[in-house]
Amino acid sequence: MPNLGIDVLFKGKNFLRLLGGLWAAVRISLISVAISIALGLVMGMLMTSQNKILKAVFRVYLEVVRIMPQLVLLFIVYFGTTRVFGWDLSAEYAAIIVFSFWGVAEMGDLVRGALISIPKIQYESAQALGMTGLQIYLYVILPQTIRRLIPLSINLITRMIKTTSLVMMIGIVEVLKVAQQIIEANRRTSPNAAFGVFAVVFLLYFIVCWPISRLAAYLERRWS
Amino acid sequence: MEQVLLEINHIQKAYGTHVVIDDFSLAVNKGEVVVIIGPSGCGKSTLLRCINALEDIQGGEILLNGEEVLKEAKNISKMRQKIGMVFQSYDLFPHKTILENIVLAPIKVQKRTRPEAEKEAVELLTKVGLADRKDAYPRQLSGGQKQRAAIVRALIMHPKILLLDEITAALDPEMVREVLEVVLSLAKAGSTMLIVTHEMAFAKAIADRVLFFEHGKIVEESSHPKEFFTHPVTERARAFLKTFDYETEQNS
Repeated sequence: MPNLGIDVLFKGKNFLRLLGGLWAAVRISLISVAISIALGLVMGMLMTSQNKILKAVFRVYLEVVRIMPQLVLLFIVYFGTTRVFGWDLSAEYAAIIVFSFWGVAEMGDLVRGALISIPKIQYESAQALGMTGLQIYLYVILPQTIRRLIPLSINLITRMIKTTSLVMMIGIVEVLKVAQQIIEANRRTSPNAAFGVFAVVFLLYFIVCWPISRLAAYLERRWS
Repeated sequence: MEQVLLEINHIQKAYGTHVVIDDFSLAVNKGEVVVIIGPSGCGKSTLLRCINALEDIQGGEILLNGEEVLKEAKNISKMRQKIGMVFQSYDLFPHKTILENIVLAPIKVQKRTRPEAEKEAVELLTKVGLADRKDAYPRQLSGGQKQRAAIVRALIMHPKILLLDEITAALDPEMVREVLEVVLSLAKAGSTMLIVTHEMAFAKAIADRVLFFEHGKIVEESSHPKEFFTHPVTERARAFLKTFDYETEQNS
């Protein structure tokens, strides 16, 4: 069996450092996902409104997010805006801003899609029972929307977690960056470490994302 | 002197330039069952939807116990609680069990306590033969069961009047009867109802008054349903009723 170079992970605190890097990535994703879900719900509801100006603004926003590579957004926010506006923005905040900017747009669009897929008769039968607009949203429309959203938003969340690997480009030491550092440091003694270490990184991403997709599958089964 | 419960005065409903209801007036007394029949697309359902302000009207007024039903009014939620409505398509909330469907509005809208609402829900479900299905989800029920549950959901609000919009039109034939029997028992108990239906035998059995409706207007009105169904006065009503009658067709 060839040397996979996994042994470098057991040297010193290497594995702990890798986990620390993973936590950095997960922390950024968790915060961004939480913001995306909260604001995405609001945005999705606003997107279904009849206001033409509001609709046009959201359309442009969504298109910008879809067209622009996340990496370019990261560079603009971290390197660009800090220069132009002279504010002191940490790399982690910049990452959270960019990922939320992306997540809110996509989540908003998913929410909008789920909302308009709820039949009109659901609103009307709730209205006929004397419910107010807010009550209809809270007790009838949102619970159904959220059920429809779960599989779609899980996809988005896992994509966001995966894409956090980009944040090393603005200097955040996350799991992939730590992996690179470990590999570089052990280049002489374990030239095969690239395989073993990146394989472990792959496994770590899997361990993070897999439970989320299992949870989605479970919820889908329970609610279908 | 009979007490007028629902008063519709000269209402006008149009989608753009297309007039759906044209200067329609009707007074429904307390305890009366009024059945509206007519060809598809004649505005019957739209009329019911106007009465609880799911549709706005372009003219005229709708009064329930003398109080105006107005779509944009502040008291519209209060007014709608007094007007029960059951729709053609099963309109239960799919994410809630039958019991939860029924107690949602009493608890959230009328601020009744859960035990009290559930107690009444179970009583009503027992009456329509669904007590054992209270914890099922709508998707686990047949069309007829769903429609009976929808009737209970409207009844628990204690509406002054019940609007039934072709409630059996989407049902398999053998389920029509179980639903209509519930409605018949409501009529016997003195409920005020405004019913749109294509079930002529049912209309004949339940109606205190029949309206034949076409192009947004009443073509024929009769307080003697038996008489109306056997000897309609207008040519149009005669032609319409004939389409439901296969025997005479063959014999003639």
